Amino acid sequence: MISFLSHLVNGISLGSVYAIIALGYSMVYGIAKMLNFAHGDVIMVGAYISFCATQYWGMSPLMSVLVAMLVCTVLGVIIERLAYKPLRQASSLAVLITAIGMSYFLQNSAQLIWGANTKSFPSVVEIPTLSLFEGQLLISGETILTVLANIVIMIALTLFTGKTKMGRAMRAVSEDKGAAELMGINVNGTISLTFAIGSALAAVAGVLLCSAYPALMPTTGSMPGIKAFTAAVFGGIGSIPGALIGGLLLGIIEILGKAYVSTELGDAFVFAVLIVVLLVKPTGLLGKKVHEKV
Amino acid sequence: MKKFFAAVLAMVMAVSMFSAALAEDAIIIGISGPLTGPYAMYGQGVVNGAQIAIDEINALGGLQFALVYEDDEGDPEKAVNAYNNMLDKGAAMMASTVTSGACAAVAAKAYEDRVFMLTPSASSPTVTEGRDNVFQICFTDPGQGAASAQYIVDHKLATKVAVIYNNGQDYSTGIYQTFDAKAKELGLEIVSVTTFSSDDNADFTVQLGDAKAAGAELVFLPIYYTPASMVLQQAKSMNYAPTFFGVDGMDGILDIEGFDTTLAEGVYLLTAYSADAEDEKTQNFVAKYQQNYGGVPIQFAADAYDAIYALYEACKVAGVTPEIANADEGFAEVCEMLIPVMPTLTIEGITGTMSWIATGEVTKTPTAVVIQNGVYTGVK
Repeated sequence: MISFLSHLVNGISLGSVYAIIALGYSMVYGIAKMLNFAHGDVIMVGAYISFCATQYWGMSPLMSVLVAMLVCTVLGVIIERLAYKPLRQASSLAVLITAIGMSYFLQNSAQLIWGANTKSFPSVVEIPTLSLFEGQLLISGETILTVLANIVIMIALTLFTGKTKMGRAMRAVSEDKGAAELMGINVNGTISLTFAIGSALAAVAGVLLCSAYPALMPTTGSMPGIKAFTAAVFGGIGSIPGALIGGLLLGIIEILGKAYVSTELGDAFVFAVLIVVLLVKPTGLLGKKVHEKV
Repeated sequence: MKKFFAAVLAMVMAVSMFSAALAEDAIIIGISGPLTGPYAMYGQGVVNGAQIAIDEINALGGLQFALVYEDDEGDPEKAVNAYNNMLDKGAAMMASTVTSGACAAVAAKAYEDRVFMLTPSASSPTVTEGRDNVFQICFTDPGQGAASAQYIVDHKLATKVAVIYNNGQDYSTGIYQTFDAKAKELGLEIVSVTTFSSDDNADFTVQLGDAKAAGAELVFLPIYYTPASMVLQQAKSMNYAPTFFGVDGMDGILDIEGFDTTLAEGVYLLTAYSADAEDEKTQNFVAKYQQNYGGVPIQFAADAYDAIYALYEACKVAGVTPEIANADEGFAEVCEMLIPVMPTLTIEGITGTMSWIATGEVTKTPTAVVIQNGVYTGVK
């Protein structure tokens, strides 16, 4: 029983990291209707900035997160301006390929700047490990903080898109760009804002990812990025609560699969789940089916 | 645009003329290895170590050598491309490649082309198997697995052991298999065997939980240093403190930037080389490495240093000259000259005293170091 609980906690710990990445993925997809495959690499950049801030520039962990968020926000907006905006009218395939290109560009730039060697990321989390059942069940501070961060971000994003004027503009752009523009909404500005928020979230995700799993290298963001994408699709891409649920479930499935079936098939489970969900419910767990009006 | 192409063309021609000039008076040795990517530390160590040896040999004034190197990211396909590039640049022999998977791919090609290869660090037996032109400086994986089991039993480190290995990798799987066979033979009880499939893998809580639940006193990690650093960190956060025992892939763990070296305290490492060895050769090498590149050279660097000296000795004995090596397709003649010489050599290197059998495997004695206060310390 304890071992099951302990696997469950590990699953939540892994899943909460996927969820926080998936939130950014899902938001950008929901509004801009494009798969930003470079999201995972913005995460990596965020983690590197935080690493530099604490190790070289002597900043406190909290300051380092803020600096990373700032840098990633600027980076996200620049990427959008340079790489995606000129393709606004192009086919979605062209945008997808550009995003993949951007992903490699960021990875290789990071390699040029920070080198290829693995760096060990010092955790920014100062919450002590929670010990239950006389030390048999341990919940790390990183897990607690990541879960809390997920909930806070999910609520904040839901409120933002639901209640604020800019949030409503985002939803309008998401539904129909052309009509939104006719209603006087600055579509380009709104999409830039989406990327800014998504990238700031990526910085937070990067810091939390590397605090929990401290090997930092230029490819750090790619596998978690793909898993988080899976999580976002699993939960229903575009849905903010869906990303959270998808991420958590994916982490739990991966760990339980490894623990009770085979450690070799952890990743296979994750992607098998994606296939099954898409076969049964093509829009994901919480995804809405949109009827085209003719 | 035309002008631009003309300029590029002129540059290419200038460069190729330059390499032709370089080729006249020196024997060119090619090295490909992962200079970027997750195994970059290995490739960079090899290139740096080889360069030190080449500088020393050239300073002696006899046979002159030059180095060409390429990045292969540890990828078989890229390694074959790198190999072709190096032949184009006039390489007459290879002190390459660094990683096993890539080396097996290149070795197959080199066997057909008749290019002599002496790999510093590709330890899989598939590298040399059935190929007379490929030799190794490092132990083979089976050698390492069996030697580790033997070491653990001889030094009574544990009676119950767990293994965590990467089953997506020839290297890791190969070591595990011979470790397992030898452990059974010696009566060492393996209580938990778990795997992972990629070095990008981040979560080892399941694997460590299994080892902990099975009561393993020692966890054998025939894996590379990046996943190993994660294993050590997660074991600590789980309050699990067995003895960890690694092989040469673990080498480099202390050089990870930001790594908390206290996590590696008490970790055993099977290696043929220790940077704090007191002999003059090792100290000279370590000092030069620190001066030129900074940091303590890892085993891969030492292997490469020995590989260059072995090639130098072999060339001397076989009578290979820059004229032969730089003739058109000269590498094939060099290869036939070097093959019979290798098994007759005995090299006193910094990774031990080496001799070779005709199949390409090296014979030398394994030793272990233990990490104490953040440095490798020899075990008596």
